[in-house]
Amino acid sequence: MGERFEIRLAGSGGQGLILAGLILAEAAVLYDGKNACQTQSYGPEARGGASKAEVVIDTDEIDYPKVIAADALLTMSQEACDKYYHDLKRDGLFIVDSVHVRRVPTSRAHRVPITQIAEDTTGRRITANIVGLGILAGLSGIVSREALERAVAARAPRGTQEINLQALAAGFEAAEKLQAER
Amino acid sequence: MKREEPEIYEYLRHKKKFPGVWCAGCGIGIVLGSIIRAIDHLHISKDDVAMISGIGCSGRMSVYVDFNTMHTTHGRALAFATGLKMARPGMHVLVVMGDGDALAIGGNHFIHAARRNIDLTAIVINNNIYGMTGGQYSPTTPQGALATTAPFRNIERPFSTCDLAMAAGASYVARSTVYHARELERLIERGMRKAGFAVIEAMSYCHTTFGKLNRTGSPVDMMRSLQENSVSLAAAAKLEDAEKKNKIIRGVLADHDLPEYTAEYAKIIEDAQAAAGSNVAAAQPERDARLASAQKRRVREEV
Amino acid sequence: MTVTLMQGNAACVEGALRAGCRFFGGYPITPSSEIAELLSRRLPVVGGRFIQMEDEIASLAAVIGASVGGLKAMTATSGPGFSLMQENLGYAAAAEIPCVIVDVQRGGPSTGLPTAPSQGDVMQARWGTHGDHPIIALCPTSVAETYTLTIEAFNLSEDYRTPVILLMDEVIGHMREAFDPDRYGDIEVVDRMTTDVPPEWYFPYDETRAVPPLVSFGEGFRYHITGLLHDQAGFPTYRQDEIEPWWQRVFAKINDNLDRIFMYDEDGIEDARTIVIAYGSTARSAVHAVQLARRRRYKVGLITLKTIWPFHEALIEELAAGAHRVIVPEMNLGQLALEIERVLGRAKVRRVNRVDGELIAPRQILEAIEVA
Repeated sequence: MGERFEIRLAGSGGQGLILAGLILAEAAVLYDGKNACQTQSYGPEARGGASKAEVVIDTDEIDYPKVIAADALLTMSQEACDKYYHDLKRDGLFIVDSVHVRRVPTSRAHRVPITQIAEDTTGRRITANIVGLGILAGLSGIVSREALERAVAARAPRGTQEINLQALAAGFEAAEKLQAER
Repeated sequence: MKREEPEIYEYLRHKKKFPGVWCAGCGIGIVLGSIIRAIDHLHISKDDVAMISGIGCSGRMSVYVDFNTMHTTHGRALAFATGLKMARPGMHVLVVMGDGDALAIGGNHFIHAARRNIDLTAIVINNNIYGMTGGQYSPTTPQGALATTAPFRNIERPFSTCDLAMAAGASYVARSTVYHARELERLIERGMRKAGFAVIEAMSYCHTTFGKLNRTGSPVDMMRSLQENSVSLAAAAKLEDAEKKNKIIRGVLADHDLPEYTAEYAKIIEDAQAAAGSNVAAAQPERDARLASAQKRRVREEV
Repeated sequence: MTVTLMQGNAACVEGALRAGCRFFGGYPITPSSEIAELLSRRLPVVGGRFIQMEDEIASLAAVIGASVGGLKAMTATSGPGFSLMQENLGYAAAAEIPCVIVDVQRGGPSTGLPTAPSQGDVMQARWGTHGDHPIIALCPTSVAETYTLTIEAFNLSEDYRTPVILLMDEVIGHMREAFDPDRYGDIEVVDRMTTDVPPEWYFPYDETRAVPPLVSFGEGFRYHITGLLHDQAGFPTYRQDEIEPWWQRVFAKINDNLDRIFMYDEDGIEDARTIVIAYGSTARSAVHAVQLARRRRYKVGLITLKTIWPFHEALIEELAAGAHRVIVPEMNLGQLALEIERVLGRAKVRRVNRVDGELIAPRQILEAIEVA
């Protein structure tokens, strides 16, 4: 167990959080040369229902593939926020999408209107997952910005690379603002 | 004294496996004879014929013939045959089933094999009863008939094997009876020539169970009733609907040229390989190589 | 290929193709469907064939038919579909047809927890079909191991002419990890056995050979295959003098080769007071728990089973001889524990179980180690 870092991305089905987890893990493995393990849990519905992706990143081999106590938590629904903030480490990074999460259980959380930023930046709410990734990576530094950009570009559906990279940049920008405020 | 052996003997595992399991007077042997004569007419090598059977009296047929034979599980013969046919598209694959086998436990496989129109020749020997297990009612037992599980009377409506096959999309559907052995043989031969899913319903009887319970008499009586109660398609055309209702209609009921599954899949292979940028058509050489090297293959050490 | 982030189900597909799989017959079911989807795309490219059958019964039937036709063949399913396959799994065992059945386990019984992991099919893999029969079941613990054990499953199925079950679980099937197939370039692939005798001398169930070769249909050998008990030539028989040698041979072919078939890893068991025996994704939790326990100075060892069936009684007995306690974590209510208790005695074994659709947490195993 070298520098095990556990990330949980949780929200509703259709928000693209499992894809976000996959991109994060690819950024770590393919471009940052670390180990990563991505798992997911979701309901039987193709759309809607609760959805959760977990990514464990380590410089060593990863044994237990799931989150034990999250180092970083991104929640994009009220239900996910209520359910998972307990598992966050005391000094863990907590980001909530304030568009979807009205009641935030702790003052430590970074409330960011992620979905609104996505809509303002790209005109598409569906890119909120990438904005969220940008914020998470910007605040935690767990993957490099370059790695994440390459991973997003590689995974984005054809013709959407540009807007997804814009969404990512908007996320990093939001992270910088938050850091400046603190 | 040297005994003259009929041509049919060439196709039987006659030295080991006879007498067979079927009751004296059973119609299944007649179907077997018709199948063999049909294959003989086609002049195909025994090596290129597979007979796949299910479970029940008809399921035992595969033991007796000198082909590549497989006696499978109850109702599943068509599914086994589908896999074999995909692996060996050049092989003539005959599937022999009973009425319970093909239409009850295997009903799902039957309609889907027809829907896919995979090139199998399915022969359904219909004796209107589960014979081997002792005379329980089947999906083709007539309403009102007795069976060991219908001691008062059968209240279920029977399936028409051929109507089901036609509705499900089989490209060739025909029916005859064990009384009309030569006609049956011609229908099977035509079915085997058909590139697509071919169903031949061979109406038979079970004097041992159905006959005994329903007092339909000896095998000869039941054979006679197949003769009397059946009409050719041409003759049936002249009958009133009410007269037709209880007749067995014999002949080719459907014959369409439709895309055949393994041929369509061969195109998928071509398309997939073209899309993958592969210039080498791996499929055919792979198969040819397999056949060609059959004799000279490396013999692996015994485990 | 270089390193990719690959899902367990995809690694299974890569392993199958590498092993020479050229036929897949299956029916969609979560959490295994990615295997069918990927193979529908990949198989025709290599000249193989894919078919989506009408149900899981037909799927395994088609796989057996294709194997008899000479193609290495597999299917993939999950618990409910595996239940339907039991009928033809028995057929493949009785008729000795090589094939691979992948079961990506999900919560049961019945429709259960379709998207959640479980190890509830351990006993079904062993005893799901009726009648005594030999069987092989392998359990991968990672994406890379899914690749290697899929190849191994095909190899064992050819070596011993038997159905082999690859018993994955939802965690392993859907998990993505770094994977580089080039690291496994030297894994041997076993080809279908062929015979050196002419057709008239060929016995598909030759009593004198541990594993008689299976010649494909259509190669001029014209023999019979049946699910009835059969003689050397494959014909049904009720004769005791023909049935008895068959029973002896089909069990001997597995039991005489346990050292090759039974695969496992061991870690620090020599002076261990407590040993954890784990398999599948649960082994990942066990590795973490054992490391935590060692930091707390517990003398604890770990045995990770890659093969769970056949169960190597003598070996497990030997490996666990020095330990006071054996802990068996499973995502079921103690299925493999039954087997381990049978071998080591109930007093020595402690079960750690979970059936709520969540992977066993390292903490649960650690607590068991601490009170052991």
